[in-house]
Amino acid sequence: MSSYPGTWRRPPQIVSDKRVRLALQLGVLVYLVLALGSVEVNWQRVSEGLERGQRFIMGFLQPDFSSRWKDISQGLTESLTMTLTSTVVGVLVSIPFGIGASRNIVPRQIYVFCRAVIAISRSLQELIVAIFLVAMFGFGPFAGFLTLSFATIGFIGKLLADEIEEIDEAQVEAIRSTGASWLQMLNYAIQPQIMPRLIGLSLYRLDINFRESAVIGIVGAGGIGATLNTAIDRYEYDSAGAILLIIIAIVMVAEYSSSYLRKFLQ
Amino acid sequence: MLKLKNLSKTYKTGDTALSDVTLEIDKGQLVGLIGPSGAGKSTLIRCINRLVEPTSGEVWLGDVDLAQLGRADLRHQRRRIGMIFQEYALVERLTVMENVLSGRLGYVPFWRSWLRRFEAEDIRRAYELLDRVGLLQHANKRADALSGGQRQRVGIARALMQTPDLLLVDEPTASLDPKTSRQIMRLLTEICAERGLPAIVNIHDVPLAQSFMERIVGLRAGTVVFDGPPTDLSEAALTEIYGAEDWNTMRREDDDDASVPLDIQDAAEVMA
Repeated sequence: MSSYPGTWRRPPQIVSDKRVRLALQLGVLVYLVLALGSVEVNWQRVSEGLERGQRFIMGFLQPDFSSRWKDISQGLTESLTMTLTSTVVGVLVSIPFGIGASRNIVPRQIYVFCRAVIAISRSLQELIVAIFLVAMFGFGPFAGFLTLSFATIGFIGKLLADEIEEIDEAQVEAIRSTGASWLQMLNYAIQPQIMPRLIGLSLYRLDINFRESAVIGIVGAGGIGATLNTAIDRYEYDSAGAILLIIIAIVMVAEYSSSYLRKFLQ
Repeated sequence: MLKLKNLSKTYKTGDTALSDVTLEIDKGQLVGLIGPSGAGKSTLIRCINRLVEPTSGEVWLGDVDLAQLGRADLRHQRRRIGMIFQEYALVERLTVMENVLSGRLGYVPFWRSWLRRFEAEDIRRAYELLDRVGLLQHANKRADALSGGQRQRVGIARALMQTPDLLLVDEPTASLDPKTSRQIMRLLTEICAERGLPAIVNIHDVPLAQSFMERIVGLRAGTVVFDGPPTDLSEAALTEIYGAEDWNTMRREDDDDASVPLDIQDAAEVMA
């Protein structure tokens, strides 16, 4: 009995050499210190900024919904229209790409092509796409609609493909063994397994698209973002505060209702 | 009915799962395929309907060599081969009825299966089969709401829905308790007898195989090392298939296990 050791320590899992581990830790620390040192902080500018921030917060605390209400409601309608249409179109387009980007059910060439499309969509940030599309199609919600649709393809496409790659293969095997065609296999073995996830992702994307619509409005893609931008440009922080409060309220409603909906989908 | 000629399978990793298997199965014959894990039982039955592509050899079902078929022809021939799986492999989120009807997928056009508009004859047959396996009242439940034994019955109904000429059965009882295992094996053998269906049944449980199968094929490292009636499955034969072990002790223990549920049943009857 007594010949067994009474102490045990978890062996290191990633870097087993003690010296290498120490060198790595030290290196990260040195880099952090040097990096922090290279950030130039203009303290005078910071104190000015804090003052401005205070004015902003004051406006926030006394939001003015009424004086710009016409602009706000128009921007809001535009944003909500943009959000809904781009989510629907984006999800519809992303489904074939998501299926095509699933290694386990399509030939290699199709997989590579669809993954490339998704990678392009994901690597271009919404703002950059919006600037480009505003330049192409002019100011307004159409550019915003295209931007958000494009971004949705990358988001839903990738997560859907990852989901399809992790399905239970036994169900696919069983459906294939009945002599089912590829489309029937998709409809009977894949769709039931991924449907709850797809609906959940679409709802999630709906609320991301609404938030993004506020951001891309700043570069001219219409919607509530454009209204917000105008308000800040005119130093109307009370109107800006009102707009921000409305955005927060809508995102919260979207958050609670989508999590409520998702509970029913298992 | 089914003839395998020099069937071999070597996986990309270099593992040889089957080497030169030749086997013939007559109409209506129930064959139990036994052997240690990794002996190639699963690969063997999947090479028949080509869920796994054989490396070489011939698979004759009637007068068709399945190993030579192109994709469309393979799909047509797969309809003749029903398959029953270890973990049931039902589509969990579909209803029992949809799972049974999915046995018709090889026969119906896509739009019919997509809109769930199966022909009246198919729907009648699905109900009839559900009645046969004792699940008529569960038709509209989701497959994941059923117990293990019930799910395997749905799996059997799905395979029969194909009106198959051959059943491939992969470890049908591996996830079931001893009593349910026996019930499922009894149902399988009855159904095969009713329809004169031949079946290849992969099975781990040697006593179960001996009591339900007409013929036992023993596989070891991808080759057939035993082929005969269950009564010929001697201690020497088991050692040949699985390696040395005290077989009599194992069998006695298994007999004890199997008798427990029966005792409880008897007791319940006495009390009633």
